[in-house]
Amino acid sequence: MAINWFKYAAPASFYGLAGKMVPFFAWPAAILFALGIYIGFFVAPTDAVQSEAYRIMFIHVPVSILSMFIYLVMAGYAALGLIFNTRLSSMMATALAPTGALFAFIALWTGALWGKPMWGAWWVWDARLTSELILLFLYLGFIALQASIDDPRRADRAGALLAIVGSVNVPIIYFSVKWWNTLHQGSSIKFSDTSMHIAMKQALFIMLAACWLYVIAVTLVRVRSIILERERNTQWVSELAEVREGERS
Amino acid sequence: MNRLSLFGLLGLVIRRDLLLAMRRRADVLTTLVFFVMVVSLFPLGVGPEPEMLRKMAAGVVWVAALLASMLSLARMFSADYLDGTLEQMLLAPQSLSVLVLGKIVAHWMLSGLPLVLIAPVLGLQFGMSFQGLWVLVLVLLLGTPILSMIGAIGAALTLGLRGGGVLVSLLVLPLCIPVLIFGTGAVDAVNTGMTFIPHVALLGAMFLLSLVFAPWVTAQALRISME
Repeated sequence: MAINWFKYAAPASFYGLAGKMVPFFAWPAAILFALGIYIGFFVAPTDAVQSEAYRIMFIHVPVSILSMFIYLVMAGYAALGLIFNTRLSSMMATALAPTGALFAFIALWTGALWGKPMWGAWWVWDARLTSELILLFLYLGFIALQASIDDPRRADRAGALLAIVGSVNVPIIYFSVKWWNTLHQGSSIKFSDTSMHIAMKQALFIMLAACWLYVIAVTLVRVRSIILERERNTQWVSELAEVREGERS
Repeated sequence: MNRLSLFGLLGLVIRRDLLLAMRRRADVLTTLVFFVMVVSLFPLGVGPEPEMLRKMAAGVVWVAALLASMLSLARMFSADYLDGTLEQMLLAPQSLSVLVLGKIVAHWMLSGLPLVLIAPVLGLQFGMSFQGLWVLVLVLLLGTPILSMIGAIGAALTLGLRGGGVLVSLLVLPLCIPVLIFGTGAVDAVNTGMTFIPHVALLGAMFLLSLVFAPWVTAQALRISME
């Protein structure tokens, strides 16, 4: 039997699927988040060098990783939408952007809170901080461009082009910023690092998984809203149970 | 009908844009005056210590050049868009990328080249060394075309949008950061007695990369904006 892979590329059929999928991501995200916070704050031992202040890492690191990863996923969806002209891909890109910007902002904010006790400064102009800041600017540019175009089709395509140009430019920006300030130490978290306590690792990975699931859940909710907004004049939206109820009350 | 060669076409577009600009010289001069004014504001803001000014001269000139090129970006396609010329260019049988490249070259000659030519004078005001000035002109000569090319993408994407002028800066400035870093890096290297060749080589690489891709991406962006 041939499976129709493209069935859920149609916004009308994806709307229902996304609605069913949200709880499967939202609840595990909430549970893992509680578990990760518990392990991170009560089980993981105090760090020998950084004492208690290191615990912000359990939020800072997953959020920073995802802020970069989301940009790639967003650019990927945007490229799909531009190449195959699938509306849903462009909607996914639009839905991912605010979460990416939020995570980049949280990464910078928690980084500042972590930097003050450790380095003695809220902000230093080192390569990683600067490239994260530029990443936030790229997200804001994408959101601002889409927000200022009224025609959704043009907004999708213009945003896609910008996201692709941005993703080509991101490695160049990253390395230029890195060479610009080479004083910074290398990555302090290595996955083969045995000096890290097992509870710290557990908490870190659980928090990463929680954030990842959160991103998926929130993106699905947001893409449902975008679908409803763009398809508001269609037959299938007016036949939806939640739309009818809203009209009756 | 005689068919134009690619270079003939390029020359035609450049000549047309230059001619149009010469009919309205004020626009070109505004960019230049803005550049000189921004650079002159820095000593007033941070104080006139010669040692500090010498250290920050290259950075100030580069940031001012970046801002000045943003200023004129909004005009790159808007006049042609309003009077319908751009639509004819899109319909023309010739390659849109080449037409766009011609517009980019014209934009650089009007907003980038004057800055390159006046930069040594401003550098002297900041007490830069002779060798530093020479390198500054060289990197500006390589870097300002990149600003025009990246800027063209932003200008094409924001064509005809409300608040286009501010929006284009928001889109383009983050993408221009590598140019700024290597442009000032080359001058700093000279001041600290190191070789400036790697910075210039990287700028050259970025110049060639954007020369290959930027006109084509801009053409795509124009098609998106015009449909």
